[in-house]
Amino acid sequence: MTRPEERAITVERLAGLVLLADLGRVGLAHLGVPRSGALDLPAHRLANRLVGNDEAAATLECLGGGLRLRVGAATTVAVTGAQVPVTVDGRPRDWGDAVAVPRGGVVELGRAVVGLRAYLAVAGGVAVEPVLGSRSSDLLSGLGPPRVEEGDELPVGERPGAPRPVGVAVPPRAGDPLELVVGPREDWFDEAALETLGRAAYVVSSASNRVGLRLEGPALGWARSRELPSEGMVLGAVQVPPGGQPVVFLADHPTTGGYPVVGVLDPASVARCAQLAPGDEVRFRLTRP
Amino acid sequence: MTGPPTPLRVGRDALLLECAGPEQVRATAAAALARRESGLLVCDEVVPGAATVLLDGVVDRNAVLAELGTWADVEVVDDEDRAVELPVAYDGPDLDEVARLTGLSTSEVVDLHLSTELRVAFCGFAPGFAYLAGLPEVLHVPRRDEPRTRVPAGAVGLAGEFCGVYPRESPGGWQLLGTTRTTLWDPSSAEPALLRPGTAVRFTRD
Repeated sequence: MTRPEERAITVERLAGLVLLADLGRVGLAHLGVPRSGALDLPAHRLANRLVGNDEAAATLECLGGGLRLRVGAATTVAVTGAQVPVTVDGRPRDWGDAVAVPRGGVVELGRAVVGLRAYLAVAGGVAVEPVLGSRSSDLLSGLGPPRVEEGDELPVGERPGAPRPVGVAVPPRAGDPLELVVGPREDWFDEAALETLGRAAYVVSSASNRVGLRLEGPALGWARSRELPSEGMVLGAVQVPPGGQPVVFLADHPTTGGYPVVGVLDPASVARCAQLAPGDEVRFRLTRP
Repeated sequence: MTGPPTPLRVGRDALLLECAGPEQVRATAAAALARRESGLLVCDEVVPGAATVLLDGVVDRNAVLAELGTWADVEVVDDEDRAVELPVAYDGPDLDEVARLTGLSTSEVVDLHLSTELRVAFCGFAPGFAYLAGLPEVLHVPRRDEPRTRVPAGAVGLAGEFCGVYPRESPGGWQLLGTTRTTLWDPSSAEPALLRPGTAVRFTRD
């Protein structure tokens, strides 16, 4: 057994936005609390299983990869999501697998080769104090821990049980269409809109973030001119503002919104959105509910 | 009797229940919560909107669709314990603009606001931000053309048919009447939001 202060990890360098991520805040949407949590949930869950954690343990979500940290006590880490080079004390190690790190060892994630968001799990999980039942950073709402900065010392929980390496890490793959279930507001769009959405290629905009994947491409026209009264929004909803450019709602999306939703992505497609970078091309495959 | 709400399928496991008006939104949300409490409905979220109730993460969507016709029978009990008084200093930067838009004097705007019984219709925009319904039509004013990048916590504003109080500093486009010092949002509390769907709200002079 190690003391908590021995187990802490120190962030020595980071290249982009690094946040704490877990399964998010569920059950508080009626108070305006976004779900938040890991954008690529399957990658987050797998990283935790690989090091023996409960899937609800907090991982580090690294935008674009690029992170160096030093562990206190000897531990195990796993990196999933975006494919990044992984080294321990300078020696290459496997991405997508459990990696042993000696006491005082330095773990380094290089820049993402495939995909956008890498997840690093450490045995015991990052053990900051939960807020409303979650350790996820929600920058828009200001809930949960702030973004990770260089020099941060992050607490780590006690070593958990045996790893459960169920599932194999596969690097994110672009190109396959996103699966979209049409509705609930398809009647707010003109006849050409759904046909366009099922056929056209969209490009991921640089204005995308954890709130939404903003897409640029052929505009989807509204059939109505009045405003939609605000209504509850789900993860993966494709909302279309009057300009006609679709926005896919991701984990930090507002709980209610006032623009019509043309369709909702299935959970696997939502996870794939987490790995799409500005400039990537996106197509949709439409199904009826 | 308005009959049951109209269900719309949302993605793989959610339902949006379209209601005839705010009363049916309250009744439908109350029915959903009562059913969830008694185990008849299993879902992650019950989210009232302006004219809808969203059920998200529904485990058996077909069962909900089959029994929706009986939901109207659930009686809505107003929780009078949850009536909240909010003292307001009417020092908002848009008070004159609201007076101009409504054709009232600023003191008439304030008196009307003070004498109105409001109720939280739904929350959204930010944690603890409540959309308060019940404003007289004369106070329905459009949002500001240019939203402010920084609205202070406690700012009381108007937009369309709703009144709202900013729980924390944020950007915002509502017409600001004044400020309350009451804490509306405390994430460390067991009940983080002071104003929840259904809460009755009355403003008083600070």
